Amino acid sequence: MKKNGKAARFYLLIMFCIMYLPIAIVVVHSFNSSKLTVRWGGFSLKWYETLFSNEPLLEALGNSLIVGGISCLLSAVIGTLGAIGLSRLHWRSKGVLEYISMLPLMIPEIILGMVLMAFFSMLHLPFGLVTLVIGHTVFCIPYIFLEVKARLVGMSPSLEEAARDLGASPGRALWDITIPLIMPAVMSGSLLAFAMSMDDVVISIFVNGPRLSTLPIKVYTQLKSGIKPEINALCTCMLAVTLGLLFLYSLLKKIFGRQEKKQ
Amino acid sequence: MKNNRRNVWMILPIYIFTIVFVAGPLFYMLALSFAGQKEGYGVSWSFTLENYAKILDPVYLDTFVQSLKLAFVSTLCIMLVGYPFGYFMARLSEKWKKRAMLFLMLPFWLNSLIRLYGWVIFFQKKGILNTILIKLGIIEKPLSILYSYPAIVVGMIYVLLPFMVLSVYSSAEKLDWSLMEAARDLGASSVCAFVQIAFPLTLPGLLSGVILTFIPSMGLFFIADILGGNKIVLVGSLIEEQMTRAGNWPFAAALAVVLLVLTSVMILLYRRIFHVETLEGIG
Repeated sequence: MKKNGKAARFYLLIMFCIMYLPIAIVVVHSFNSSKLTVRWGGFSLKWYETLFSNEPLLEALGNSLIVGGISCLLSAVIGTLGAIGLSRLHWRSKGVLEYISMLPLMIPEIILGMVLMAFFSMLHLPFGLVTLVIGHTVFCIPYIFLEVKARLVGMSPSLEEAARDLGASPGRALWDITIPLIMPAVMSGSLLAFAMSMDDVVISIFVNGPRLSTLPIKVYTQLKSGIKPEINALCTCMLAVTLGLLFLYSLLKKIFGRQEKKQ
Repeated sequence: MKNNRRNVWMILPIYIFTIVFVAGPLFYMLALSFAGQKEGYGVSWSFTLENYAKILDPVYLDTFVQSLKLAFVSTLCIMLVGYPFGYFMARLSEKWKKRAMLFLMLPFWLNSLIRLYGWVIFFQKKGILNTILIKLGIIEKPLSILYSYPAIVVGMIYVLLPFMVLSVYSSAEKLDWSLMEAARDLGASSVCAFVQIAFPLTLPGLLSGVILTFIPSMGLFFIADILGGNKIVLVGSLIEEQMTRAGNWPFAAALAVVLLVLTSVMILLYRRIFHVETLEGIG
């Protein structure tokens, strides 16, 4: 009963194929020596050479990694603390508080971006790294908050109570019991937030300022000005790095999983 | 009581941050929308309704109609494509579920612009799609799909689909499948069992998926930019233009206020009708 029929499996297969179609096209064309994407000019690695000598693009990648890393870390701390604190409060207005913390998800990105731009310029904050980090932290927090909140709902409070009964201070009980238990949720929320930050165009376009540019913005302006084959190469590199990290992650999980079993 | 105080300290950062950097700017935008535009560049703080009156100009009104239409069409398509996707995914075996999840999330890690660029290559006049269609003899002349409305909708579906799939999936995953079996044992056809049991129980996932796709679809101007050329001007592109190039911030603020009110009203109405309480899926 719970099994899918042939039609359902076929549907899933087709959908996944369509999802990966544009990616496959980009990867194939990154090795195409012809600058035009309409015909195959033979295998070549020259777009990779162009990519690695395209300094603005690499600089933008660096900026994106820095912004993504800092805002991910900041929002992980803020979001996790908020979720833990809120789960223990028993106020009548809790629903409103929960709603406020999800506000950035309820507003179209374009509005969030433009109000931040207007607001920062009112505060005379110089546009650049700081404004980018604040902007990204704003929309990263809800992802971590939601993930940790969901994890806390399924957790029994008796574990921490037991630690307290055995004499641990509230801080110690939090640090030794609760934090390790919610760590997987913090990690997966942070990963999602990082991915979102690395991919954001709409908010960054408003808060990046004239000098600093993140990877998505660079790609956006380059795509608007015409075909750039080295962008295909960039995508292929990103795919390779992602796959590599995933492989490393599953490998580590296997190794540590085995150790845990032994213990 | 002391315990409670510590919890309040813990939630302080998130609320200070959200109030200062989300609520504060929103109120600032509201104030800005009633301000006037100085000659050239800058804001003059005198109360005026001029900016809102300007929106009633048919040219600007049309961008709202276009944006809403595109958001509705895309959300509807995403619903139709994404619901079975998430539902079938929840019915896979544990091993395949994990794999499908991985495949679903993997594209998230690649820049969405680059993925959209793949569609540009696919759709272009002498691109892969046209070549295939001509070779198959379905069409004689290449179609101009790129920079057309369907191309934009494909782009929207492509970027937003995972949100719908994830929320339907998370609600279908919790479904007690023995209920379906019981219905079948009692003589219900598989279609009847789905309509009577599985569909109502997965409806919350579908509904929160609609919210999660509808909100962003109002603002993703770069998809219409890349796949639609400059043919369709959406509110998003208009706001961006007014903020960055035209420099008329009060007008951009008024546009944003109207857009925000529109989306909020839609979501409120929708929640009222379908009694959606919480969002599922992204958590």
